[in-house]
Amino acid sequence: MKNFRENLMHMVFFLCALTSIFAVVLICIFLFANGVPAMKEIGLLDFLTGAKWKPGNDIYGILPMILGSLYITAGAIVIGVPIGLLTAVFMAFYCPKKLYGLLKPCTELLAGIPSIVYGFFGMVIIVPAVRAVAGVFGADISGSSILAASILLGIMILPTIIGVSEAALRAVPMSYYEGAVAMGARHERAIFTVMVPAAKSGVLAGIVLGIGRAIGETMAVIMVAGNQPRLTGSMLKGIRTMTANIVLEMGYATGLHREALIATGVVLFVFILLINLAFSVLKRRKEA
Amino acid sequence: MTREAVSAAKPAVRVQAKTGKVHGAASAAVLKGLVYGAAMLTFAVLLFLLGYILVTGIPHLKPSLFQWNYTSENVSMMPAILTTVETTALALLLAVPLGLFTAVYLNEYAKRGNKLVNVIRITTETLSGIPSIVYGLFGMLFFVTRLHWGYSLLAGAMTLAIMILPLIMRTAEEALMAVPDSYREGSFGLGAGRLRTIFRIVLPAAGPGILSGVILGIGRIVGETAALIFTAGTMAQIPGLFQSGRTLAIHMYVLSGEALHMNEANATAVVLLLVVLLMNTLSALAAKKLTKK
Repeated sequence: MKNFRENLMHMVFFLCALTSIFAVVLICIFLFANGVPAMKEIGLLDFLTGAKWKPGNDIYGILPMILGSLYITAGAIVIGVPIGLLTAVFMAFYCPKKLYGLLKPCTELLAGIPSIVYGFFGMVIIVPAVRAVAGVFGADISGSSILAASILLGIMILPTIIGVSEAALRAVPMSYYEGAVAMGARHERAIFTVMVPAAKSGVLAGIVLGIGRAIGETMAVIMVAGNQPRLTGSMLKGIRTMTANIVLEMGYATGLHREALIATGVVLFVFILLINLAFSVLKRRKEA
Repeated sequence: MTREAVSAAKPAVRVQAKTGKVHGAASAAVLKGLVYGAAMLTFAVLLFLLGYILVTGIPHLKPSLFQWNYTSENVSMMPAILTTVETTALALLLAVPLGLFTAVYLNEYAKRGNKLVNVIRITTETLSGIPSIVYGLFGMLFFVTRLHWGYSLLAGAMTLAIMILPLIMRTAEEALMAVPDSYREGSFGLGAGRLRTIFRIVLPAAGPGILSGVILGIGRIVGETAALIFTAGTMAQIPGLFQSGRTLAIHMYVLSGEALHMNEANATAVVLLLVVLLMNTLSALAAKKLTKK
């Protein structure tokens, strides 16, 4: 009897462990099965490189959205990575222990704030600020723009960058620092020429993780990016991301339009899988 | 040399800076300024964000916002609060046992170097990287359309359960790993079987760590929007299992899209923030309890 119970629970634990495999397979099947037919019907090349998104005329090109996602992600990286990395350096090498006990939970709180609250903050603070600053230079814009979205996402990826980079910096043996100081290097020089390069792959992993967060962010971006499906190179103009495209139109879409939106999700999903792959490669390299 | 010693050693390094080359001293000062500046900027942004939301939102927290019924004149958040509680409970009901048992299997049963374990880890990592909108799409295609549940509380909760599964699993696994092997050996030595050891010895010892992960999961559910719009829908009512309902975060999204209700959206943001703050604090307390033991 006892043996039976042991074996039964062993089986139960084992089956539970399979859930994550099952979930990933199921997600892949349902996304691809619903998205790929639309890609075929529209034509993969037309779908990916088409510059026009006009569901009313059955024209579905998601190039503007792909570029929109990439622009905003790039902007978030440009803003978030330097600040995040320097903050991580502060947390690892400069912060007094007492202050650390206060600031560390703060970075975790930054990660915990819901994206909808970030979006609201962006909508009432960052967008008007961008509009006001542009107004000073004589540009009359709404403020909902690539720039506003980049700033907001730059803030939102800070906790990811800080957390992963700090862990990587702390994993570098202290003897590296001591060696550098013994050779006559200053505190700063020892940190920036020895410790940071030694933590490189960990920091890179953090950046990749941040890219994943930024490209997948939805609600916050919708509230500040303007959401016009167009090709633009101007930082001060609005743009639509892939994530926004799905949420904005899914509510009323039918037929091919709906399938094209799911196909947009498939493209996003493939991007994310590639980013995940890059992340795990970097992580492995760090461990090796 | 410990890290505290590094901080203490800084004055000495600074003395050395004075005697060094001017160029080196200048660049060191610039770097130091950048480090301090970036850290201050990060925490100033956080403070400003929290301060702004709380200061502008709290005056709009009127008792009428907590009335039982939502009407277009009084956009009460009470139905949304109850929907959030229901969704959270349902999602945890599925995600906690699954995540916990997976962690038990990985940590207590699986042999090291098992191929399957690697696959499980990779898929879990993949799950944790998938953005919530993709979960939302999947939930819509599978639960809402394929299983014919419609926009419903159940569809939303199931989607969220899959979403927080990796989080629950990882924290539970870390908590289990932190339980010393001597506990297990002692239990086996006294003649307890594997199952009894797990449920009587290992899980209680790992309890606070597991709890800390569960609370983090609650925080994510409460703040989630994109995964819920097309699974649970946006109806402002207290839903049954197969009815649509909006959680607080969705409520806030809908309100902030209507220019009329900015103040109410702001008040909802306050409630959301307070819940998240509370969850973070509880989670940290639970984690602390674990390390103290």
